[in-house]
Amino acid sequence: MATDMKQYGVFDIIGPIMVGPSSSHTAGAARLGLVARRLCGEPVEKAVFYMHGSFAETYAGHGTDKALLAGIQGIRYDDERLKQAYELAEQAGLCAEFVPKDLGKVHPNTVRMELTTKSGRNFTMTGCSIGGGSVCITELNGVEVTFSGERPILATRHTDEPGVIAGITAILYAYRVNIGNMQVHRSDEGKDARMYMELDGDLPGGLKDALERVYGVKQILLLHPGDIS
Amino acid sequence: MMLAKAEEWILYLEKEKKTLWQYALEREAESGKRDRDEIRAQMEQALAVMERSSQTARKEPVRSVSGLTGGNAWKYENYRQCGNSILGEIPSLAAAMALSCSEINASMQCIVACPTAGSCGIVPAAVLACGKARELSREILINGLFTASAVGMLIGSRATLAGAEGGCQAECGSAAAMAAAAVVEMLGGTPRMAFHGAAMALKSVLGLTCDPVAGLVEIPCIKRNASGAVNALLCADLALAGVESYIPFDEVVDAMYAVGKAMPMSLRETAKGGLAVTPTGLRMRDEIR
Repeated sequence: MATDMKQYGVFDIIGPIMVGPSSSHTAGAARLGLVARRLCGEPVEKAVFYMHGSFAETYAGHGTDKALLAGIQGIRYDDERLKQAYELAEQAGLCAEFVPKDLGKVHPNTVRMELTTKSGRNFTMTGCSIGGGSVCITELNGVEVTFSGERPILATRHTDEPGVIAGITAILYAYRVNIGNMQVHRSDEGKDARMYMELDGDLPGGLKDALERVYGVKQILLLHPGDIS
Repeated sequence: MMLAKAEEWILYLEKEKKTLWQYALEREAESGKRDRDEIRAQMEQALAVMERSSQTARKEPVRSVSGLTGGNAWKYENYRQCGNSILGEIPSLAAAMALSCSEINASMQCIVACPTAGSCGIVPAAVLACGKARELSREILINGLFTASAVGMLIGSRATLAGAEGGCQAECGSAAAMAAAAVVEMLGGTPRMAFHGAAMALKSVLGLTCDPVAGLVEIPCIKRNASGAVNALLCADLALAGVESYIPFDEVVDAMYAVGKAMPMSLRETAKGGLAVTPTGLRMRDEIR
């Protein structure tokens, strides 16, 4: 039955260029690791990967473990160093563990990562590999999100008081950046709060600096799709 | 904005006197507002990776990460180099190249998913072997890849390119259809002929299951890339001879989609049926656990 042409580009069909064997279990997994590394903002020292469903069953043969481990070391899915992920991790003093675990009603290719950075900060991320190298991030530090990694991601840490979020969104408005998706979260009232947004379009230069100057902002992480694919 | 209907594309291309590859390139340039040279340069990168992966496992034996498979591209390359191949130079070259790409994929080296990693050997092998046979320029090889992408886009829009949805027919079958069309246009055939070639290639593997042993992209995937590449050359040959597919391309794609839906989950990339559950298949699965 004739349907509209789905939005396939030429390089969705002839591509991606990737390290095999599987675009969902290798390339997609490497992307998930890379997103996590970028969101940490600094090198990872310790990682526990909880592998669900199909990831749990086939990770050795598909190299999903190597792919995740490579990703959190900043290695992209088309980089053949991916295969040496364990050796590189050992050299870098990165300890990793892979634990099969039923994560509930989630996509069969889901992984939950619990990471500790070199400066001792903890970070969690849950994401799934949905096919063709595409991913979906579903949880960041306990906050439910829906990020594709195809659009810019803004992650903030800020003081939990009135006006800070308004300050941040005012800057986005001033720079005419549209917000696609937004989650705000705090663990305790009055302590640090976090915000995660997926933004639209190309981000203008100077945005990060402007956001960092907002009253109450402690940290800004701005990821462009090029950083995380 | 055209519908996902090859018949419509054929009429448009005949009227405008354009090829499939020209249309794919144009569409890409318009949608991303990119320069054609830039787009061609990106395709050149893909071609380079295809070339490398089609050679590496022929030059020396390459084993998969799991250890289950490997060394067959090299073995077959040696055999055909000695002049023993009943297939003859070009089809045996295509088969060897396809085996190489797939073995490289299974050993965690770089390939081009085309349209998927599981079928990564078929289009490169057919395009490169055809290029070698007729000493075609690099430009024509790249045009061929654009032709292939056009057919892939249509199949993806109208049906599916994923083994989990449509079985191996959707992956290796689609790749063979893409490859047949590419070879037809590379050798001067019309878009109408290209779609006949694509239809014939896809028809010949209707019902092909995705039943990977141990859930890995190795058995029978690697060898299916070899047969897919040679099948693509056959169907391109037929199309160029004026042979037509009795069932038109759009209907073949729809049939592939319907057959895929009718297939039980056990035959759609779950490793719960077919070859994956043969005594040997199960033993291999247990071996690598």
